[in-house]
Amino acid sequence: MMKRNSWNEYQKQIADDRYYYGRSCIRQNFFPGSEKAFIDILRGDLGKDLLDDPLHSSCTGIGYHSDIVPLETIMTVVARQFALMGEAGYENFVTSCITSFGVYTEVLATWAEFPETEERTRENLFKATGREFRKPASLAHTSDVMFHFRERIAAQAARRLVNAATGEPLKVVEHIGCHYAKIFPKSGIGGSEFPYVLAGMVEAWGGECVDYPERRHCCGFGFRNYLVQANRGYSIANSHKKLESMAPYKPDFIVANCPGCAMFLDKWQYAIAEMEGTTYGENGHGIPVLTYEEMAGLVLGYDPWELGMQMHQVDVEPLLDKMGVDYDPAAKYLGRNGKYIGKPASAVVNCSATDTVYDIRE
Amino acid sequence: MAAINFGYTISKPRAIDIDRNNLRKSDEILHEMPELQACIGCGSCTAVCTAGNLTSFNFRKVHTLVRRGEYEGAYEEMNKCMLCGKCRLVCPRGINTRGVAMLIKRKLGDF
Repeated sequence: MMKRNSWNEYQKQIADDRYYYGRSCIRQNFFPGSEKAFIDILRGDLGKDLLDDPLHSSCTGIGYHSDIVPLETIMTVVARQFALMGEAGYENFVTSCITSFGVYTEVLATWAEFPETEERTRENLFKATGREFRKPASLAHTSDVMFHFRERIAAQAARRLVNAATGEPLKVVEHIGCHYAKIFPKSGIGGSEFPYVLAGMVEAWGGECVDYPERRHCCGFGFRNYLVQANRGYSIANSHKKLESMAPYKPDFIVANCPGCAMFLDKWQYAIAEMEGTTYGENGHGIPVLTYEEMAGLVLGYDPWELGMQMHQVDVEPLLDKMGVDYDPAAKYLGRNGKYIGKPASAVVNCSATDTVYDIRE
Repeated sequence: MAAINFGYTISKPRAIDIDRNNLRKSDEILHEMPELQACIGCGSCTAVCTAGNLTSFNFRKVHTLVRRGEYEGAYEEMNKCMLCGKCRLVCPRGINTRGVAMLIKRKLGDF
């Protein structure tokens, strides 16, 4: 059989060290421990230089994709981030958000295709802030960086993605954000059809990827789909379609590399359970949804509550038990310095229907 | 179960899943009127339809859905047809469209 050369086109250079970190504007609320975990893993476990710059701002991607922020404006905002990176002495930009990654890629491609837009952006940025910028030497998503170091993380692993009781690999649904490689297929590892970024991590850490029919379907996060309440039925229908499709394969957990996907696949399970009483995981529970930082954190032996896993809509305890992770159930809702952060009301997605109806647990 | 009003429900997909639909009636119709398989979906029948001019009746849509096993409401829709036969005059494939309308009504009265 002829060897496929096209695969080489879908690889990308990822810098080895000295990263400028661009945070996501929404991730801090949905999965608050994940970005901290990324910084801790890179600096602590891998000994890399990463600058978490308090000066950088949102990329305004949400406004851009909902037609509020014009292209000229977002290009200037992106140029400002690059200027800040240059001033700090870094040239490898890593961004935590898939939409930001898509925006940066799109802006760089626009500048390459239409150099006059770059000139205009330089002018706009100088007029607005007095700054000048250089384009980054490399642009990567944080999941690319994690993928890049997957073998090192595997070597330092405290546990693997296997069922501690049976030794079987965990079945993992990997979900890639649409803006990662569906806009510019060559900007993502493996392109849009065979993205390997999460599958590579899962395989390196002992898990097994589930290949189900709707694997590449969107989670329904697309900004226009959920910003207006009347459209949300369409948004939830997308997650519903994916969950219906993956459930027969009995996945142990879902991992996503996009802030929106991880949130929607998690929170929509709650909404679907409340609306229809349907849950997709084992024993009438939902399927836990992890970010790749949380997955890496668990592999490296971090405490699940340090990773912010108590903020998930679908309880992660069944997965932690399966992996043999030691955790303190009493510490789940204790925030920083042991302060009680409150306990959510019981939900259908976290207990079988009879428990909710008869309140057996309360 | 907690009854939460989210203000929206899960939209049903508009895709037609032929694997799930029961195609028995559709097969019967095509068996009796095999020429319907020659339809190219040009829509001339709908364009000249007198009933369609005054109502939302769309002959092409109804018989296409029926062929794909989507029978719900097809009988009621077909009752809007006045059997004038203009569609038969314009059909480029020479399909007996009036016969199709009658056949669908006969087969799908129960749906």
